[in-house]
Amino acid sequence: MLKFKINDQEVEALPEWTVLEAAREKGIHIPTLCYHEAVGPSGACRLCVVEVVEGNWSKVVISCMYPVKEGITVFTDSARVKNVRRWILEMLLAECPASKEIQTLAAEYGIKNSRFSIKNPEEQCMLCGLCVRVCREVVGVSAITTVGRGVHKVIGTPFRKPSEACVACGSCVTVCPTGAMQTRLDAVRGPVDAHKS
Amino acid sequence: MAQSQLAEQENGMRIQSIEALDALRQDILAHQDPKRPILIVCHGTGCLANGSPKVSDALRKAIAKAGFQAKVMPGIKTTGCHGFCSRGPLVIIKPAGLFYQQVKAGDAEEIVNTTLIKGDPVERLLYRDPNTKEPIPLEKEIPFYKHQQRVILRNIGKVDPTDIHDTIAAGGYQALAKTLTTFSPEEVISVVEKSGLRGRGGAGFPTGRKWRSAVAAKQKRGGPVYLVCNGDEGDPGAFMDRTIMEGDPHAVLEGMIIGAYALGCNQGFIYVRAEYPIAIKHLIIAMDQARAMGLLGQNILGTGFNFDIQINRGAGAFVCGESTALFTSIEGRAGEPRPKYVRSVEEGLWGKPTVLNNVETWANVPIIIEKGADWYNQIGVPNSTGTKVFSLVGKVNNVGLVEVPMGIPLGKIVEKIGGGVPGGEPFKAVQTGGPSGGCIPYALKEVAVDFDSLTKAGSMMGSGGMIVMDRRDCVVDVARYFLKFLEEESCGKCLPCRLGITRMREMLDTFSQGRGNKQDLDDLMGLAEAIQDGSLCALGGSAPNPVLTTVKYFKDEYLVHIEQQRCPAGVCKDLITYHIDSEKCTGCMVCARNCPQKCISGERKNPHQIEAETCIRCGICMDSCKFEAVQVS
Repeated sequence: MLKFKINDQEVEALPEWTVLEAAREKGIHIPTLCYHEAVGPSGACRLCVVEVVEGNWSKVVISCMYPVKEGITVFTDSARVKNVRRWILEMLLAECPASKEIQTLAAEYGIKNSRFSIKNPEEQCMLCGLCVRVCREVVGVSAITTVGRGVHKVIGTPFRKPSEACVACGSCVTVCPTGAMQTRLDAVRGPVDAHKS
Repeated sequence: MAQSQLAEQENGMRIQSIEALDALRQDILAHQDPKRPILIVCHGTGCLANGSPKVSDALRKAIAKAGFQAKVMPGIKTTGCHGFCSRGPLVIIKPAGLFYQQVKAGDAEEIVNTTLIKGDPVERLLYRDPNTKEPIPLEKEIPFYKHQQRVILRNIGKVDPTDIHDTIAAGGYQALAKTLTTFSPEEVISVVEKSGLRGRGGAGFPTGRKWRSAVAAKQKRGGPVYLVCNGDEGDPGAFMDRTIMEGDPHAVLEGMIIGAYALGCNQGFIYVRAEYPIAIKHLIIAMDQARAMGLLGQNILGTGFNFDIQINRGAGAFVCGESTALFTSIEGRAGEPRPKYVRSVEEGLWGKPTVLNNVETWANVPIIIEKGADWYNQIGVPNSTGTKVFSLVGKVNNVGLVEVPMGIPLGKIVEKIGGGVPGGEPFKAVQTGGPSGGCIPYALKEVAVDFDSLTKAGSMMGSGGMIVMDRRDCVVDVARYFLKFLEEESCGKCLPCRLGITRMREMLDTFSQGRGNKQDLDDLMGLAEAIQDGSLCALGGSAPNPVLTTVKYFKDEYLVHIEQQRCPAGVCKDLITYHIDSEKCTGCMVCARNCPQKCISGERKNPHQIEAETCIRCGICMDSCKFEAVQVS
């Protein structure tokens, strides 16, 4: 077992664990959106950032992928960490204003309104990619993927047509942290009639 | 020798030993007449676009027409970029080194008749000192070249990159022969370490240390180690790597083969952006020729060492220049980075130990081996050894590619080599390091151009772009430009980068439209910090740099935009109006003809007026006016 500190607590962890796993084992809260035990971490949402102090320098890392290390000190709520989370949540409020989950999480950090303009009031998806990962890693069919790059990126199917690979299992809906996949499922699997026959 | 090495080569024979390579070089040199005039025509991308193929064709015809005797028949050689792109197409006449600029096909006969036959220079094609107007006939005397130290670019503009014999005659593959005969892999790594070479791709990681870590990882994990050359140069205004790949592809290959020997690697990859078709073509030709000669592939130089290279073309994503995104792209998936908590030297391409170095880094390796670590680390400054190639662009007289020793003052590059800003004013700032870098103001013109000093100044070395700005460039607009670029080029995987860059750009939009307030400027700093801390890869992590450095050094200019709704540089369209000074206007009608809105009125020989309501503030009138009558306020 490796020993290190999270905030003021002594923590023990197996060498292959991440900081997030060690924290959860100990019951220390670190917020996440794109993390799910069923799939490998991807490091997209960045809400799980923590500040790691090692010797006389510190850096902000994501706890879902940062491997534990003997002797480090992890701060889960430092000023730098809060600054990252607050800005992400404020931007997410404008990005997916229809998501109750985002609103609740933002409120925890004292953010009720966003200064940023809202492009689509109906939007719930924040492109964390959990649906894509569960479809590929757990279901094993890769019916959905991210399409496009940067600001043009969306979750979709190949050629934007209902995917023949989709088995309508609903895993993507289950793992979606914002409820966005619920409204998109029909676009992925195609009309329900097609599956009946 | 019954049959010369050269002839054997032409029969498609592989070089079987180090001695045979040396014999071949001697043979090629023995067949060259040092007095034979050679017309070197620049076929770099810039000169090609300016019509240099027509120039070389015309010269060829003119030489044939002049009917030289076979003995003194002048030769024509097409080479990679000479660097002085703003003066192209360039023709250099060897052995004297006479330098002709802006040569057109129509000049060919005069060059042949006057210079080759009579031995006189064609006066009107010579470079002239911009101040004294005195002609400077020889390439090496021109200030643009005189203040440079061309180590990596030494063969570019001298050898024909499509003919491996030319490279071999110039000393190519000598370092490889030396490596294979005299060094153990461990000794190669030691030499590179001792040379102090740091990665030229931007971050400046010590190359020798990277190699050593990869060897350690390979021993720990077993299995193959891969070697990658990053040629996905994408910074706006940067073309160092393109020039090296186009003009001296064998230097890159030789560096990689030496690296492969040191690392015990059998497979390398060159990732080149698809927008560099000539670089790809020249690399493929070079690899084919090297393979045919036994310098690449199986049993290199008869030593039993095997190493081959594959070319991967990028698909137009800037982010694929990031090492982990590049690996994902080579593996056949969408180019998105992954966190680097486990380093690429341990888990890179297909999860195997991988050494990724930039094109220029690989091109540094042969000369280090050839001349030794002690020779190399004498160049530059202690923590940044060797030279660095920069593409000098923007508001500077001599636009082009320059190579200087590390640690040279920034102002010397701009003023001595670049010839300063047109019009003679001091420059306002120099943007170094591309979109990830920052703006360095004139007040810091003595800053040493090396890895650590530039980082200390808030910018970075980056891959070597250097954009010079004068008083007509607005820093808010420059920061907006880079954010806009990165907004389009963000892969979109992590939220701070995908959302944050757009939001930063929107905040800058409010400044340039005169809608911002001081609170926004403070908030912008907070958001910048969140993006730096929170982003997954270096694209996002360094995206705020152009904003942070411009705010640091030009806060007043931001405040003028915010408090007075004014753009001092006259760039931000919402804050400026164009008008015509009736004293200076001669009524020539040029501006009115060029105006896309047709909003300039006035009779010939009478002062014109601009109708403010329909004017879109494109500035074409100002650029087209020869009398400085169009003014901005």
